[in-house]
Amino acid sequence: MMKKLIGAAVIILLWNACKFNEQKTLPIAGNRDVVTKTADGKTVTDTVYQTIPAFKFVNQYGDSITNKNLDGNIYVADFFFTTCPSICPVMHRNMLTVYNAFKDAADVKIISHTIDPSHDSVAVLKKYADKLGIAGNKWWLLQGKKEDTYKLAASYLVSSPQVDAKEKYIHDGYFILIDKQKRIRGQYDGTVPEQVTKLIEDIKTLKAEPDQTTAK
Amino acid sequence: MKLKVISGICLLLAAFLYSCQSEDELEFSRYYSAGNVIYQNKCQNCHGKNGEGLSALIPPLTDSVYLKAHKDSLSCYVKYGLKGKIALANKTFEGEMPANDLAPIEIAEVLTFVTNSFGNKMGTITSQHVGDDLQKCK
Ligand code: HEC
Repeated sequence: MMKKLIGAAVIILLWNACKFNEQKTLPIAGNRDVVTKTADGKTVTDTVYQTIPAFKFVNQYGDSITNKNLDGNIYVADFFFTTCPSICPVMHRNMLTVYNAFKDAADVKIISHTIDPSHDSVAVLKKYADKLGIAGNKWWLLQGKKEDTYKLAASYLVSSPQVDAKEKYIHDGYFILIDKQKRIRGQYDGTVPEQVTKLIEDIKTLKAEPDQTTAK
Repeated sequence: MKLKVISGICLLLAAFLYSCQSEDELEFSRYYSAGNVIYQNKCQNCHGKNGEGLSALIPPLTDSVYLKAHKDSLSCYVKYGLKGKIALANKTFEGEMPANDLAPIEIAEVLTFVTNSFGNKMGTITSQHVGDDLQKCK
């Protein structure tokens, strides 16, 4: 009996060891199109994935930031506002964990879009960043035209923020993982620590994918 | 069989110990466990699972000296919110805590939880105490 059990355990262990060698990759989320084109007289089909469109905002230092500033970076995006009484403190407590985990990674960034730009001016964002204890250019707090931010939220597959009497705004607490090709590779509930742990693991997996290591 | 006997004895023992608790201790545990639930629903998002706060944005609830010194104002903070500069845990904070629509008994419960967790030990804050303090809010 005992021998059989040990035998089974060994088999399971070996099996897992084999799986360990497989290259893990993350799924790609969002809409996709299959396009057929003719190249060198042959028809080839290609899958085109949904990507994050171009944008232009201002960060907590007053610098203009566009999608170009994120080229060559894997990044995590979220939506928040500095006076949010409900989920934002939880989200940013958790995002700090992500920030600290990739402090020294040159190709990982974090961007947080404020959904309340009329209150969250550059000065307010800078103060928030200081109090949160973030510095440098790893984590940008971005503000811009409200319509632009709300429109962008839709491309991240998060719902458009809703105005609410008590909470001011209701919005999703998602952290969205974007790869160097600006494709959506994962969505995580930023209010749940276990999901954030998974995000950190997934960033490591993503960083090791061949088309991430070669992307400029 | 053996297991049943053992667990039976344990149960009896637990029941015995429980009935041995004094009325005060029972009151404390009632307040404390109800307060734990309120904390999770109303405070934990900001002040954190372990009362750790959030950087310099939200103060921790671990500064026993501060909590003791402001014991009679804590009810007011919870009920009406708190705003402006405060200093504790070797930092200064200038944030805003929103008001809470809680009954005096609930305030007593959550404050009993807070002031006896995260390294604090201040005993029961009764609903009577909260009621009195709320009369004096500025
Ligand atoms: C929206 C976030 C938020 C929520 C929710 C919240 N607080 Fe606070 N709390 C704060 C902030 C910010 C301050 C500091 C205010 C200031 O700087 O004047 C504070 C201060 C305090 C203080 C005094 C300072 C300290 O840390 O000891 C106590 C006590 C306190 N809160 C208890 C509670 C309790 C109990 C609850 C739940 C009923 C609660 N808070 C819910 C944000 C919050």
